Amino acid sequence: MTVLDVHRDEEALTFTIVAEFDAPPARVWQVWADARQLERWWGPPTWPATFDRHEFRPGGRSAYHMTGPDGTKAHGWFAFTLLDEPQRLEFDDGFADQHGEPVTTMEPTHGIVTFEAVGDRTRMTVLSRFTSIDQLQEMAKMGMEEGLRLAIGQIDGVLAEPS
Amino acid sequence: MVVGDGADRVFHALADGTRRDILARVIHDGQSVSALARLYPMSFAAVQKHVAVLEHAGLITKERRGREQVVHGEVDALRRAAALLAELEDIWRHRVRGIEDVLRRET
Repeated sequence: MTVLDVHRDEEALTFTIVAEFDAPPARVWQVWADARQLERWWGPPTWPATFDRHEFRPGGRSAYHMTGPDGTKAHGWFAFTLLDEPQRLEFDDGFADQHGEPVTTMEPTHGIVTFEAVGDRTRMTVLSRFTSIDQLQEMAKMGMEEGLRLAIGQIDGVLAEPS
Repeated sequence: MVVGDGADRVFHALADGTRRDILARVIHDGQSVSALARLYPMSFAAVQKHVAVLEHAGLITKERRGREQVVHGEVDALRRAAALLAELEDIWRHRVRGIEDVLRRET
């Protein structure tokens, strides 16, 4: 298993995932730094991402859009607040309108990503901090049909357990 | 519906261990508040308060049965709240698989 740990904190509104990859930190760093690599994994399965702009430097901004199954485009942006290659990056991730302009009515998600060498592997920890449930709601709108079915199945399992 | 304030209340309600325990106990079969109160090392009023938070979040409903107040779990609300965070987890699990894929193709 690549995913080592997942932690959801409903009260602090944070979500943390820890994963390990069979490559050194400098290589895993590249999947964030290079837009062409980033767009191969950022979008949910039914919402592939395209990065129109990717300024991977402190203070730099990115603009991207994800295309849904019915052709709907969801626009987003990143603003990098800290880059410490290849150990740590921090960025804000928000929604944008159809022209790519940041939506000001919703606070961005703050992401803190750390890369730790474990032998010749990399342990990557991503912490996402939300300021409101609305953000979560928006994220959840992005496709994830199969993911939703899977999730519902898991919850059904929990609910079916004798208490 | 778990949106806006409603969702905030749901997450707040589920952030407490006693409340999660109460919810787990009433999700399949209703229980009276007094029966619940006997289960926890706290006052009847404190348990009643937890029940009120759960009710406010729409996670349980109360029904008067004679002199008793019977608490029932509202499965739908709980399911929606959990689904929201579970979906986020799915997004990230998918991303991790995607990164793996990118790394594998280049090495």
